[in-house]
Amino acid sequence: MAVKHRAREGASRDLLYQMLRIRRFEERCVELYSGEKIRGFMHLYIGEEAVAAGVCHALTPDDAVVSTYREHGHALVRDVPATAIMAEMYGKAAGCSRGRGGSMHIFDAPHRFYGGNAIVGGGLPLAVGLALADRFQGRNRVTACFFGDGAVAEGEFHECLNLAALWRLPVLFACENNLYAMGTALARSHAETDLALRAASYDVVAWPVDGMDVSAVADSASRAAESIRAGAGPHFLELRTYRFRAHSMYDPDRYRDKAEIEQWKKRDPINALITRMKAAQEIDDDGLSVLEKEISAEIDKAIAFAEQAPVEPVEDLARFVYSDTPRAGGTRPMGAVEAAP
Amino acid sequence: MSETGTTYREAMREAIREAMRRDERVFLMGEDVGAYGGCFAVSLGLLEEFGPERVRDTPLSESAFVGAGIGAALGGMRPIVEIMTVNFSLLALDQIINNAATLLHMSGGQFGVPLVIRMTTGAGRQLAAQHSHSLEGWYAHIPGLRILAPATLEDARGMLWPSLEDPDPVLIFEHGALYALSGVPRPGPVDITRAAIRRSGEDITLIAYGGTVGKTLSAADALAAENIEAEVIDLRVLRPLDDVTIMRSVGRTHRVLVVDEGWRSGSLSAEISSRIVEQAFYELDAPIGRLCAAEVPIPYARHLEEAAIPQVATIIAAAREVVTS
Amino acid sequence: MTGERWEFLMPSLGADMESGTVAEWLVKPGDRIRKGDCIAVIDTDKALIEAESFHTGVVEALLAGIGERLPVGTPLAVITGAAPAAELRPPTRGSPPVSPGEKTGMERRRREPSPAGGEHGPSWPHAPSPVTSPLVRHLAERHGMDAAAMHGTGPGGRVTRADVEGIEIPAKVKASPLARRLALELGVDLTGVHGTGRTGAVRADDVREAAARGSGTGPRAGTEQAVPGRAASAAGARTVGKPDLGRRQGLMRQAIARAMSRSNQEIPHYHLSTTVDMDTALAWLRERNRDLPVARRVLPAALLLMATARAAVEVPQLNGFWLDDAFVPGDAVHLGVAISLKGGGLIAPALHDAAGRDLGDLMAALKDLVARSRTGRLRGAEMTEATITVTNLGDQGVEEVHGVIHPPQVALVGFGKILERPWAVGGLLGVRPLVTVTLAADHRATDGYVGGRFLNAVDRLLSHPEEL
Repeated sequence: MAVKHRAREGASRDLLYQMLRIRRFEERCVELYSGEKIRGFMHLYIGEEAVAAGVCHALTPDDAVVSTYREHGHALVRDVPATAIMAEMYGKAAGCSRGRGGSMHIFDAPHRFYGGNAIVGGGLPLAVGLALADRFQGRNRVTACFFGDGAVAEGEFHECLNLAALWRLPVLFACENNLYAMGTALARSHAETDLALRAASYDVVAWPVDGMDVSAVADSASRAAESIRAGAGPHFLELRTYRFRAHSMYDPDRYRDKAEIEQWKKRDPINALITRMKAAQEIDDDGLSVLEKEISAEIDKAIAFAEQAPVEPVEDLARFVYSDTPRAGGTRPMGAVEAAP
Repeated sequence: MSETGTTYREAMREAIREAMRRDERVFLMGEDVGAYGGCFAVSLGLLEEFGPERVRDTPLSESAFVGAGIGAALGGMRPIVEIMTVNFSLLALDQIINNAATLLHMSGGQFGVPLVIRMTTGAGRQLAAQHSHSLEGWYAHIPGLRILAPATLEDARGMLWPSLEDPDPVLIFEHGALYALSGVPRPGPVDITRAAIRRSGEDITLIAYGGTVGKTLSAADALAAENIEAEVIDLRVLRPLDDVTIMRSVGRTHRVLVVDEGWRSGSLSAEISSRIVEQAFYELDAPIGRLCAAEVPIPYARHLEEAAIPQVATIIAAAREVVTS
Repeated sequence: MTGERWEFLMPSLGADMESGTVAEWLVKPGDRIRKGDCIAVIDTDKALIEAESFHTGVVEALLAGIGERLPVGTPLAVITGAAPAAELRPPTRGSPPVSPGEKTGMERRRREPSPAGGEHGPSWPHAPSPVTSPLVRHLAERHGMDAAAMHGTGPGGRVTRADVEGIEIPAKVKASPLARRLALELGVDLTGVHGTGRTGAVRADDVREAAARGSGTGPRAGTEQAVPGRAASAAGARTVGKPDLGRRQGLMRQAIARAMSRSNQEIPHYHLSTTVDMDTALAWLRERNRDLPVARRVLPAALLLMATARAAVEVPQLNGFWLDDAFVPGDAVHLGVAISLKGGGLIAPALHDAAGRDLGDLMAALKDLVARSRTGRLRGAEMTEATITVTNLGDQGVEEVHGVIHPPQVALVGFGKILERPWAVGGLLGVRPLVTVTLAADHRATDGYVGGRFLNAVDRLLSHPEEL
């Protein structure tokens, strides 16, 4: 679907479509969470859609993505089926992780989507390793690694930037700086708040980007990816963004000023793009409602799928702790997992 | 390796060399594995043979290079990651436990991690607390990992290849006191699933692994002079434990002493005792004995260190106590 | 509360007991107790014995300290009435008062069938449901009881494990799991097996040895004789962990000495003996045991006891006590069974109402009694209530027993070894298993004629075992 749009409508429309998908999908998730269909921790991406849409715009289907626990957006844009994501959040066997991961652990081998990592900073070494494997095997692919400003305080961040730079590995480090590590403001936890500057100290090409402007994100990511593919080693983008909703469904959001949130909402990346597209006559209200309808239908289908999907039999509880059978490759083909349609 | 014999260190090196020759996906990565030749000289000469790409020195970034090993395994490689010692593996616990051990399950079976992590473990070399931990029992707590403890030349030589063939993460714990062990390895296949009976006997089963196997065998010889015939089990695989071999032996001897260089509380020895009680209670003719490290950080001074960990004499005494209780 | 108050006195747990010490309190102030509950372990020099309360109520105070030697009759505790009136019948005692040293024979607690309330007394409908532990609920369920409806003896009326098990906590033998399993498989009674473990634990080899000797297959007094060198230390470790075992055994010897001296000085003994053909009895026993599991098989020793008990019913003049120059008949045949203890010493606890039991029941009771004797867990009543004693020294190869009566009883029956001997039956000589039965009787109470009738009765009963 996403690919279809890309081909048919051009970049702006596709970026808008992806951002709207994320926004509407998560809005429904809130409803489903309130109705106890979804449980556990659920972290919403609303407000940050331009980052996922823009960065992934620069990736090819062969590229890999390593993400965080706030990954619904990345997964959707990378074409992990909404049905499989929703079923996963429902804890169903048809979920992309067979109900073993939930909202924080979306995995999808066919789309090279390596999770869903819920330890802050824990995904960075995986990205370095995936890039290392590409280097060994002579494949010209990019591994995009999303993480937040909180991860920059972790030792793994520094170890990994150094290692990736040292070995000139093809990693795109996409730092989603939404100014808060859960409830701790950036300035309260970092002496140097210019994160791009810190990344640059590891001899990594790094620059900050307005993360609320999807075109700027897409342009920067494309430049970075191009450079990485050309063998220039890892790149770091500090994507300055903001989440409009609380950290998770449990978060009372006491640490932020309501006025601050309202201020950022004025820069809503979706509204900004629509305004621009309307001005450029790239879309009108009819076109928008066509998009909305299409998205709504996709989400309805995902929910219907998740609702009727069977749960994993309890007898299979211990499956996948160890491999059922020895395999040749590091990944199991999706066909073996009875994937969602 | 000479014609007549080899050392544990050489056997391990030969295993790595063979694996790298057999499969180009295999590479070795870790601190000082290349130019230095390995902290314990295991990888000496491999850099020259395979080059710096496949014998890859890393910065002192345990979490990053262990995690990179996991990522490379996900990306289709067969990495051998060397962590200099188990003590430093604590800096990579997040990657080992939160990623290597969980990814397959958490991804619903999509992402296996065919990774081998080797590390030195154990006390006995006057290295003091921060270089003398025996934490393999900790790792054996974690579902998703396979934990090996080669104690013989055969296992040092033979366990690596099946570990690399294993689709799941395997941790190999090499006791630091074993590297100089020398002799002629017996030919034959080596598996990574079963415990081995290193000595047969009918009066008591002595269960040991890694660095305590040799001491336990010496103790068994001394016990034989007292007319106590001890059976010695070398666990080899600390997870998943080979319950069958253990219970069969207990069924023959009815008495058990577990020898473990790890601490007693919440330990592998506790797990083994517990399983025996669960599965072979009515075979027991005496309370299960445990000989573990003293519950202290391992001290530097020789006499204190010796007193802190199982020794031949203490194994003999503990076995005697079980036999007469 | 009825306001009634009783003193729990240092009991006399044997005619020869003059003083004792509280080895252990099984209750504490505030505990609710029932008549018949064991509330203290009394060290009588001969054994550790659980002494029971004769009243239902609440323990108000404990007056005696652990280890304090106190004369019989000294108040040890105060019990106040707390139960509904129906529970508080003071025990009826028709017996004449006797001197402190000898009153116990008259103080037998009658073992009447329980009233409708059952073993555990009536439930207390208005009391809140007592708290019970999962273990207790589980045990109760296994015993087919309703713990919630039970009257507990624990703090606050809590139903305890002892309540569920009817205080009959089984004898504890320290044995390895394998030894226990083997004992079951080989039909060895662990209570009769000598443990060679460092702390006296019975181990697999001990059971195998016992099975090979055949001597562990029942509660036979002579087992420990097979390993005389080891017996003392093993028994020492097993007798409820008293540290001063040497002293303890010395005291027991002294107690036996006192009783036997008194017997010899006071009682004019007469001795009779007869030889009984056991052929029919043993054949019948073999037949009876054939289809029974090992644990339920009956040993010849039990048959001899049963014959003695029934004979004592037929000849009641030998069943009772000589007190204050008069014979007082026993209310039932409580058969004193002489049990030699490991490490030396002898006690003869009572097997209650032996004549009223069936043979299997008697066998089980005998096993239990031996086990508890050897672990020092006898109840007070068992130490004092025997009305006639049996000594069986057949296991030691003894052919005839010429016993000394245990005062204030008036008779002692002895059995020797069952031996195959030439024997004429119906004019034909054959080889038959024979046993010599002897009677030592108090001439003050009976004459030889009565004794003869008794031995004849034993002979006849053993010839018709099916009637036993």
